[in-house]
Amino acid sequence: MEPVRDSSPGALLEARGISKYFGAITALHNVNFHVAPGEVLGVVGDNGAGKSTLMKILSGLFAPSEGQLLFNGEPVRFSGPKEAQRRGIEMVYQDFALAGNLPIYENIYLGREPGRKLGPLTLVDHAKARRMAGEHLDRLHIHVKSVDQNAEDLSGGQRQAVAIARATAFDAKLVIMDEPTAALAIKEVGKVLDLIKSLKQHGVAVIIISHRMDDIFYCCDRVMALYQGSNFAEAPLDATHRNEVIGWIMGTKGHEEALAHDQLH
Amino acid sequence: MTNSTDQSEASGFNMAKFLETYGILIVVLVMMLVLAAIRPDVFLSAQNLTNILKQNASLALLALGMLVVIITAGIDLSVGSTMALSMVTIAIASRAGVPWPLVLLIGPAVGLAVGWVNGVGLTWLRLPHPFIMTLGTLNIARGLTFLVTDGAPVSGLQPEVRYLGQAYYDFGIFAPPAGLPASLIVVAACAIALWFFLTRTSMGRHIYAIGGNPHAARVSGINVDGVLVVVYMICGFFAGLAGLLLAGRTDSGFPNAGIGIELDAIAAVIIGGASFFGGRGTVLGVLAGVLIMGILRNGLNINNVSAFWQQILIGLVIIIAVYIDVLRRRASLRH
Repeated sequence: MEPVRDSSPGALLEARGISKYFGAITALHNVNFHVAPGEVLGVVGDNGAGKSTLMKILSGLFAPSEGQLLFNGEPVRFSGPKEAQRRGIEMVYQDFALAGNLPIYENIYLGREPGRKLGPLTLVDHAKARRMAGEHLDRLHIHVKSVDQNAEDLSGGQRQAVAIARATAFDAKLVIMDEPTAALAIKEVGKVLDLIKSLKQHGVAVIIISHRMDDIFYCCDRVMALYQGSNFAEAPLDATHRNEVIGWIMGTKGHEEALAHDQLH
Repeated sequence: MTNSTDQSEASGFNMAKFLETYGILIVVLVMMLVLAAIRPDVFLSAQNLTNILKQNASLALLALGMLVVIITAGIDLSVGSTMALSMVTIAIASRAGVPWPLVLLIGPAVGLAVGWVNGVGLTWLRLPHPFIMTLGTLNIARGLTFLVTDGAPVSGLQPEVRYLGQAYYDFGIFAPPAGLPASLIVVAACAIALWFFLTRTSMGRHIYAIGGNPHAARVSGINVDGVLVVVYMICGFFAGLAGLLLAGRTDSGFPNAGIGIELDAIAAVIIGGASFFGGRGTVLGVLAGVLIMGILRNGLNINNVSAFWQQILIGLVIIIAVYIDVLRRRASLRH
């Protein structure tokens, strides 16, 4: 295993020697990585490789058993998603995690409603939330009929767009996306990937977990593979190719371009 | 997009939306018109209308509390027993000479306590469904009610304690015993406060979010367990207040009060258009649901239809109301 390095210069988030045990099971063992502002990092790995455990640690749902997270070079510990959000780390879930019975604008500000504070409550300013949501969606070039549409009436791609809008509504520094295209119709995939690229242009760091080589090779700058809970391989995108990455997922190195693994994705 | 939002707001009248919100009030009006046509002398008399309002005040409060619980996809079976427990504690305290301002607080306090137990049992003990926890407290609260009264009614309350349940204002126009009941004002104040809470405050919105998708609520940083405890306490509070009104109206605390009334409260909420699977339901709908059941019972009573038929008809109304809702949702999905 690689020894723990000095802080990577310019890294927004750095994970050092992260391990996570569930009883006798080791889900993650000494995982290291970093991601810089405006960088899109792809994380690949087979089922059970530890991808989702890692993402849950980053978003504050789990605490690591060992290791350290550095945010802007400063050690951080999150007791819950709210604390990670306060630092600007947002998560986009595979199932979008939207309340279908609520309109778009309420989903975007759920848990962070604009309005006047009144003790433990906020008196929600619905008009302001609608306006803010509309402006924010415009900035992201997301088009919906109305911010008053309920989330359950949207297509998969629109829901994903709303989930991304929610993740970026409060000056996000890092957006983590779990299988961002898995639940989408094919024609919607491109739009969501372009949205990810536009986040990158706004200087947001993005981590994408995906099985789809097309997604990884369309919008990532760097790809990293986990295998059985540990770092397996990592490379800038221009220094690798599909078949090599597919090989990493299966735990083999040095696959040639010629190997016909393309049908696997 | 923002522009289209403004357009949809500017486009103004939307028939489907209007019917969804106010359609149920039209049902109430039609029922009243039909009854007024059949028995104009009796149904529309000030005394009869006063009666309908007074008799259904406690049910309205129970249903408002039940609405909050049902929005979270929960259920509270204990409200009838909680109401009875509140009622007999009020009666006993009042007889024991406790100062009346304190007695007034006892009812809601008993309700809050039972609600707290329900909420905590549900969230800390991780019981699989609120049906089970509240089925437990239904029996416990009813048992306590019989225990403290020895099974016998306690009557003779202080006039101040009876006031909210019994008083009415005739404004010099109505002949007694007709008039605007004080209990109606209590129900109206509760309904407005609850409407404001559910639609205008963050916690109200979180209650809807929990009903729609608890996972989404959790990852949005909402303390789902904390909100659920508050939800069951709100429901308990309303049950306690319902006990105060009923104690006032009947001038007693009788331990058999409200047996099975939780099912009426659930029926009113469902007739009022709330979804049993959570996330959907309005205060206005619930009030209409209570009125539909109340007017139906009253209409059958004044037409001398037997109580047995009443029960059958109420059952049919529940099924038809929900079926109309199913049809409406299926139609709206097609668009």
